[in-house]
Amino acid sequence: MTSLHLVWQAAAVLVGGGLLGLVYKGFDRKLAARMQARIGPPLRQPFLDVGKLLVKESVVPRDAVGWLFKAMPFLAVIASFTVLLYLPWGPFPAILRTGGDAILVLYLLAVPAVAMALGGFASGSPLATVGAQREIVMLMSYEFPLAVAVVGVVWRLATLGGGPAFSLGAIAAAPLWTMVGPLGVIGLAILAACLLVVTPAELSKIPFDIPEAETEIAGGLMVEYSGTYLALFYLADAAKTIAMAALVVTLFAPYGIAGLLGLSGAGAQAVDLVFHLLKIFVVMFAAVTTVRVAMARLKIDQVARGFWLQITAVAVAGLMLLVLDRMVVG
Amino acid sequence: MAETQNVYEIPIGPIHPALKEPIRFTFQVEGERIRGVDIRAGFAHRGIEFMAMKRNLIQTLYLSERICGICSISHPITITLAVERAAGIEVPPRAQYLRVIYSELERIHSHLLWAGVAAHELGFDTLLHLTWKVREQVLDLLEELSGNRIDYALPIYGGVRRDVSPEQTPKVEAMVRYYRGLLDELLDAFLRDPSVEARTRDVGILTSEEADSLCAVGPTARASGLSKDVRQDRPYLVYGELGVKAITPRDYGLEPRGDVYDKAVVRLLEVAQSLDLIETCLYEMPEGEITSFPKVPALLAYLKKVEGEGLGWHEAPRGEVIHYIRLEAGVEEPIVWKVKAPTYSNLMSWVPMFRDQEVADIPIIAASIDPCMCCMDRVHVVRDGSPATVLKEDLLRLSRAKTERMVGGSRLSASGPRSTAHGRRTTDNGQRTPDHGGGL
Repeated sequence: MTSLHLVWQAAAVLVGGGLLGLVYKGFDRKLAARMQARIGPPLRQPFLDVGKLLVKESVVPRDAVGWLFKAMPFLAVIASFTVLLYLPWGPFPAILRTGGDAILVLYLLAVPAVAMALGGFASGSPLATVGAQREIVMLMSYEFPLAVAVVGVVWRLATLGGGPAFSLGAIAAAPLWTMVGPLGVIGLAILAACLLVVTPAELSKIPFDIPEAETEIAGGLMVEYSGTYLALFYLADAAKTIAMAALVVTLFAPYGIAGLLGLSGAGAQAVDLVFHLLKIFVVMFAAVTTVRVAMARLKIDQVARGFWLQITAVAVAGLMLLVLDRMVVG
Repeated sequence: MAETQNVYEIPIGPIHPALKEPIRFTFQVEGERIRGVDIRAGFAHRGIEFMAMKRNLIQTLYLSERICGICSISHPITITLAVERAAGIEVPPRAQYLRVIYSELERIHSHLLWAGVAAHELGFDTLLHLTWKVREQVLDLLEELSGNRIDYALPIYGGVRRDVSPEQTPKVEAMVRYYRGLLDELLDAFLRDPSVEARTRDVGILTSEEADSLCAVGPTARASGLSKDVRQDRPYLVYGELGVKAITPRDYGLEPRGDVYDKAVVRLLEVAQSLDLIETCLYEMPEGEITSFPKVPALLAYLKKVEGEGLGWHEAPRGEVIHYIRLEAGVEEPIVWKVKAPTYSNLMSWVPMFRDQEVADIPIIAASIDPCMCCMDRVHVVRDGSPATVLKEDLLRLSRAKTERMVGGSRLSASGPRSTAHGRRTTDNGQRTPDHGGGL
């Protein structure tokens, strides 16, 4: 593979991922509106929003730490788009592949949250400071169950000798469900459920939109951001939504349907890619859209307690089942 | 998180998404815990009472309706009660029943409005949209009965301006049936939803002792277990005959804790109570006149001759509202008009409610008393371009100075103002008096 080829592919994934993120955001808003008995914005609203924000003035508050305030949106965008490069896209393997990229993705997913928190602290507003504190607490709360879920799956695959250890490409190529025993299936199901619970938290959506909490702290860590910087955070959020849902799909449902339909060649690739995007949409709809219309916002202490105790306990139980499965099945 | 000694201030308001109207809170916050709060009101003061002193009583009635859009039956009813008491005007029985119907309709739409706002403050926008969707039904009925969704122009001195016609009666009944069928669903959505319960139970507690000593009114007091309802304690109109009982969480089988959850319980049960009252009124309402002064000029002419003072009280959706009016013979305008809105009485209950709560609880606690700033804001002192704060001591001093001035030979009799000598009212005057030379 030439490096020029690689650049083209990367550009396609980045642009495609960004566009897809905005399209899915549009669907998310429209469907949420319908569930709330509203008409909702047109599907292209996220594009209009980004376009509008890009031409608006970008205000940097006087009390802000200027360079940090301005750098953080870029960091968030770069990190969340980089995740897209490490994820396999249905029939297409990931653009960037290394051993242990599952771990790398975990860290990359945490970077936008850290960037937002730093940007919040740098904006010199008490509301943003509260939001940033909450973001950090959130990060510390959901990271452990997230890590347990991801690591559990890739570790089990490694023990079964499926390709390089901790590689997302390997897990996509060899779905675990059929390779493990019954205990392992239960364990995997538990981990999948945990990951679905973590998803809205990772994306700061209701009931976990605590760092932004419009009615409480007026947008929290985003309160001072405007114009281009806000547009960048908006894009980062869109990309991260796709990345998170794609991660769930890659780990737990990396199946294609081309084989079932008896297709091969380019047709199979196209069908599988569409199917992959459809799965991403289903995950987003189930874990983000429906949850955010069905619940009230929780409080930071409730979330921290819930993730540290209940969700972590459940995730660890899932991991223990996988370990037991390893002992039984081998 | 913040260090233990690291108490910093978070300003909320006067303009903030959590607040539907301007008021300013300054919270002393330690991490996510609220250690103290300073409340500053007065941003929605429009000088309405002063404006009334330049208008005749009919115009004042319309003005009273514009104190607040949501309370646009409560204020006119209360001022009519005050004026009728001052002028000795009888209200025909049918009009009294109609007033009750209109007030209870207002209570339903106001409580549903509150429920939607509360859901929004919790970040539960689905519930907001659904609640406000069902609220449309009562607004439609009010529009059918009065021609307007708010600002109905229904009460007038001596009666009401519009009857409920025989054709409209089925529509009222349909509305009652609609909400009765919906009530369980509403209770389900608000009281049995785990995420709502997690955010409202034991949040913003006002104990019954605190509610009592701070003179909280309305659902705020009743949620703390106080059996306090003007319709029950000092009946007016036909509320005495209807036998209204103050609703507390006990009616829902709960021991009152005075938290936000209890306030939702009380308000939702009051919707059911209002439905019952409307239905009873609809059936028991006698035929007859709806006003004792069909012609407005005759009413104005009569009111111009009246000399005296009157107090009107009413259980608005947010609690007890009181209007005091003083009329002088030969003058069309009211000499004094004092409005005490329920939010004024409930303002101080915020302080114990906010104590040791979390920042995340601020919006729902602020909303839990169903504040209405534009009803409440009566005094806003700005002198030499800088806002000043009037403390209780200042009020007392100004009030005494005012009384002394009046005892020392003013147009008003000394006993009049003294009998109603609320510091607030007199300050309102006292603040003006230096420029206006003592008289009103």
